Amino acid sequence: MLAYIVRRLIAIPFLLLGVASVSFVLSQMTKGDPLAALVPERMMSNPEIVNAVKAQWGLDQPLPVRYVTYIGNLLQGDLGTSFTTRRPVSTDIAERLPATLELVIAAMIIGTALGLTLGLLSARFRGSATDGISRIFALIGSSLPIFWSGLILLYIFSVRFSIVPGTGRLPPRVTPPPDVTGFYTIDALLAGDLSLFGQALAHLALPAFVLGWAVTGIITRIVRSSLIEGLSQDYARTARAKGAPERTVLIGHALPNAMIPLLTILGFTFAYLITGAVLTEAIFAWPGIGSYAVRAAASLDYPAIGGVTIVGSVAFLLANLLTDIAYAWANPRIKVH
Amino acid sequence: MTAPLLDIRDLRISFQARDGSWADALCGIDLSLEPGKVLGIVGESGSGKSIAMMAFLQLLPRGTRVQGSAKFKGQELIGMPASRIQRIRGKAIGCIFQDPLSAFNPVKTLGQQVVEAIRLHDRSISKRAALKEAERLFELVAIPQPERRVRQYPHEFSGGMRQRAMIAMALANKPDLLIADEPTTALDVTVQAQILDLLGDLRAELGIGMVLITHDLGVVAGIADEIAVMYGGSVVERGPTDPIFYETSHPYTAGLIGAVPTLDGTGALKQIEGTPPSIFSRPDGCAFHPRCGRAGDACRVQTPRLEPHGGTACACHFPLTTLREPVPS
Repeated sequence: MLAYIVRRLIAIPFLLLGVASVSFVLSQMTKGDPLAALVPERMMSNPEIVNAVKAQWGLDQPLPVRYVTYIGNLLQGDLGTSFTTRRPVSTDIAERLPATLELVIAAMIIGTALGLTLGLLSARFRGSATDGISRIFALIGSSLPIFWSGLILLYIFSVRFSIVPGTGRLPPRVTPPPDVTGFYTIDALLAGDLSLFGQALAHLALPAFVLGWAVTGIITRIVRSSLIEGLSQDYARTARAKGAPERTVLIGHALPNAMIPLLTILGFTFAYLITGAVLTEAIFAWPGIGSYAVRAAASLDYPAIGGVTIVGSVAFLLANLLTDIAYAWANPRIKVH
Repeated sequence: MTAPLLDIRDLRISFQARDGSWADALCGIDLSLEPGKVLGIVGESGSGKSIAMMAFLQLLPRGTRVQGSAKFKGQELIGMPASRIQRIRGKAIGCIFQDPLSAFNPVKTLGQQVVEAIRLHDRSISKRAALKEAERLFELVAIPQPERRVRQYPHEFSGGMRQRAMIAMALANKPDLLIADEPTTALDVTVQAQILDLLGDLRAELGIGMVLITHDLGVVAGIADEIAVMYGGSVVERGPTDPIFYETSHPYTAGLIGAVPTLDGTGALKQIEGTPPSIFSRPDGCAFHPRCGRAGDACRVQTPRLEPHGGTACACHFPLTTLREPVPS
């Protein structure tokens, strides 16, 4: 098992190199001018300035040279400097990634808890009103676009009834907790500041719910259908023949088997949300990696695009690895070599 | 005479077809079993032999209509509330199923599954004590290295060992009745013989009553006290084992016996021509008449009833009068 994990980890840098190369070529091939982000518009007509800026950022070099330079820097852990923020891409990402992770992890917890509960209720009371309501709630979550559900919930809970604060990670002019994990909730707890923790949690609640609700749909569906399939299997009949009540058949027998497909979905969804939570981040002014990615792409900020791509790839590779490990744990028929 | 362990009267099971009409999978059967005896139920797929047992255990899918009576030690099981039948299932009545691979939960160890069977009926037994008991049960059914085997998963067992584990689990709460639904069908012939020997030994040692459901007359021949032959949702012949074989009355039973290979092996095996009827298009009269060489006009019109004939009870308008010499053993 350990040897397997090490082997998989060793492969990651090589895979990333491939990803970085593809991302580099693709973004260079995109029509558009990164200079727009670098040179103020009124100076665009001045060739001297334009050329100086090009030379400064290395944009005057031919493509192969730029590629070699980029990859060479990457190998030394240098992601380059963002055209738009004029700061190292790694600094930008280090600042924004924890915000996204905090949001996505909270959303995954909410989505999994809701999805499991609704899936279990649906399967247990299949065909009943409970089943119908659970499925409709899940369906709404996955079909409503986040820019709509996010705005409506923000209006209802924040503007109309002031149950939760507005956007952002903390109220304006509140100092974030000392940086340990980058998760404001956890850092506030570590600093022993309960009121700050409350504020961070209140800010996190609504965006996490919106994003969690969106993934509830798929989780509910997977859980429900796997459970219903499990309930009709021979092992469920055996459990009933042993005298197990239907609740035990569901939770003790069908659920452990449903974990196998569920894990696949969870791993994939988590990785997807790392760079895919853009809309939620935009609506709730959440300073995460998704909004950074959008701005980088819009202004052809090559280094930032590359950086975000690599973060997304790492998220996918690690999530895949974790899923496989969890798989071996949930399914004794799988042996890892 | 002792009270029957199991007494089934006019048990009728119907499924609803797509068009809403009801079709009888079981057309009202009577069966009974004395404590400690073995009843073999023999029939082809679709003859209704398994669902008869699943019905009174309430293990059939919802939407199945079950009528009639099935008394276990005098208690009516048909229509018994779920909370009460749960206390009987796995406690006083144990079950063994056909395919022991799919019948076990693939993601739990066999020990966990036996422990569950024990603790479902007695919470006061600790998990550790229940696991010890599981080891003892594995030893009882001759699974080698029980303390290691209880920690293994179903896929780590061979087919025969899995069926032994299944039997061990069914015996966990010392049942009075063991229902074995095709317990040897998924196994090799040699393993099949071992499992049948095991069932025979357990019956002798523990005095458990058994219902052995099979499509293979050879399986029940050595172990059953009584045999019921089923065809098309009805019992067509019923009686003590020897008369079933040596004073066969029903042409279908005779056909089944003719299809069993013998050791002296003279002549080709005879087959029963045709296929059993679907429950949705069962012929009028005797369900067997389209496949029966002796069928006359009465068979096409009137359903025969079980009546004593020779040493058995037989549902046939033109029963056979055979007397085979028992093979000296």
